[in-house]
Amino acid sequence: MIRVEHLTKKYPATTAIEDLNFEVAKGEIVGFLGPNGAGKTTTMRILTGFIPATSGSAFVAGYDIFRESLKARMQLGYLPESVPLYGEMRVREYLRYRGSLKGLAGKKLRQRVGAVQELCSVKEVEKRPISTLSKGYKQRVGLAEAMIHEPPLLVLDEPTIGLDPNQIRQVRELIKSLGERHTILLSTHILSEVEMTCSRVIIVNKGHIQASDTPANLISQIRTSGNVSLEAKTGTDNPVEWLTKIHGVKEVTAQLEDGWQLCSIRVEASSDPREEIFALAAERRWILRELARERATLEDAFVEITHD
Amino acid sequence: MARHGKSGARNQKPETRNQKLLVRRLIILLRRELSLLFFSPIAYVTLFFFLILNGLSFWFAIVSLNHAPAENTIGQVFFNTVLFWMAYLLVFPLITMRSFAEEFKLGTIETLMTAPVRDEEVVLSKFFAAFLFYLSLWLPSLLYFLVFSWLGNRGALGSTGQIWAPYLLLFATGAFNVALGCLASALTSNQIVAAMISFVLTTGFFFLTLAHYLANRASPLWREIAASISQVDHMESFSSGIIDSRALVFYPSMALLFIFITFHVFQWRRWRA
Repeated sequence: MIRVEHLTKKYPATTAIEDLNFEVAKGEIVGFLGPNGAGKTTTMRILTGFIPATSGSAFVAGYDIFRESLKARMQLGYLPESVPLYGEMRVREYLRYRGSLKGLAGKKLRQRVGAVQELCSVKEVEKRPISTLSKGYKQRVGLAEAMIHEPPLLVLDEPTIGLDPNQIRQVRELIKSLGERHTILLSTHILSEVEMTCSRVIIVNKGHIQASDTPANLISQIRTSGNVSLEAKTGTDNPVEWLTKIHGVKEVTAQLEDGWQLCSIRVEASSDPREEIFALAAERRWILRELARERATLEDAFVEITHD
Repeated sequence: MARHGKSGARNQKPETRNQKLLVRRLIILLRRELSLLFFSPIAYVTLFFFLILNGLSFWFAIVSLNHAPAENTIGQVFFNTVLFWMAYLLVFPLITMRSFAEEFKLGTIETLMTAPVRDEEVVLSKFFAAFLFYLSLWLPSLLYFLVFSWLGNRGALGSTGQIWAPYLLLFATGAFNVALGCLASALTSNQIVAAMISFVLTTGFFFLTLAHYLANRASPLWREIAASISQVDHMESFSSGIIDSRALVFYPSMALLFIFITFHVFQWRRWRA
């Protein structure tokens, strides 16, 4: 659905992206992550035909976005980060205008406007001027506009920014349900969202792709994946002293709280010393309250990958 | 994957189909631009002051005809008063300042230009919307002449051609000034700045071609050039019923030139975003 080859965008002072290569297959929901200024928006703007690349090429549904721009643009719906809308227009009027601009007319247009209003739950405000709507409604009007012409590809730049938790959940559900019929490329800073919705993650940093994999694989690859927490009454024993003797344990910190030793144990990657820890506790007659392996999150992966 | 039009459209040559699509999109864009102009408060403020200034101008024309032996027709006086030119020069910044500047400011340029529309379609629709609005501003003034023909002296009205000819000139010079205004709006994201640039461009050109009246020491060559393109000079001859083809060639071609420049400025700014 998307094919990006050696894409580079240089500005007079900076290089926004350099030699970007990636593909997005039909039906994927891909999360496009990276710190602010990593080149996410630039890439999306090039992909949607808003700005030309300095060099390299990008294809949407097989059409070159620069050479066959109109055909390529017919295949995609785009929601920019700032969700620009015409404030003085009414919701329904706006959707009709945008639909007709994207080639819909007559019965088909009426039907699609009704359908996207229903899907994005903006039906109840269809007669209100857009400038009077709340941020959540505006966001959904923007989303409705992006998919009015049933494009096979949706490009969403931070679709949940500025929404409250309930609205974020609604939009997330919406995106998930859209994934059944559309290919989606979305950028966001809310990583839990990516873990829940995306089948693949592309992480960019300073204009380069740092990683491209499923969220699960990214998490399992990072170093911090081995952290074990232990809560025990150890009596007179110093847990740090005993625990560091176990093979595979790299570092232990302990904190005494109400007679319980709260230990955080860093272990070597791909090793799991919980069995030995339990054996040690049994041997030393420690009273055990918790022994758990901490699961790394995508956030850890993100921080590690994009950290200098 | 690409959706096709109705079966009738599919049988046509791709070129005719593309042209049809282009016209269709132009109409959709134009309709949107027009509704933006006609439903905005600025439009009615413009219209209000335009009518007041023109009404005063017409009133002065009648008064002057009443108080002196009439050598001129009502049109010759009305189309040459200072008030008339003031109203004329003030409208261009007001009707064009919003067109591009607002899109850049709101960021709607991004959704607009990622929809399947060409840059030239957007530029043309914005120009024509402003131009049509400008033309509509003159409609009420036709009423003045109509009422005058019922109540006033037929002789003072002059011939039909003497009334239509000034409108022909206003059509040509208006296209040029609207194009200048569009260019100003495409240069900035700030409406007020756009209005100021457009005011400087339009009035600057207007007064530059009046140099032969204003500056005694202007060179003979410049006097000649200025006299042949000055809007005031042309209006004098058009309102007396003489249609000067120089104006009808010069101003529309300049309008085309500035639409072309606007297109390139617009594209350059969008690509730089």
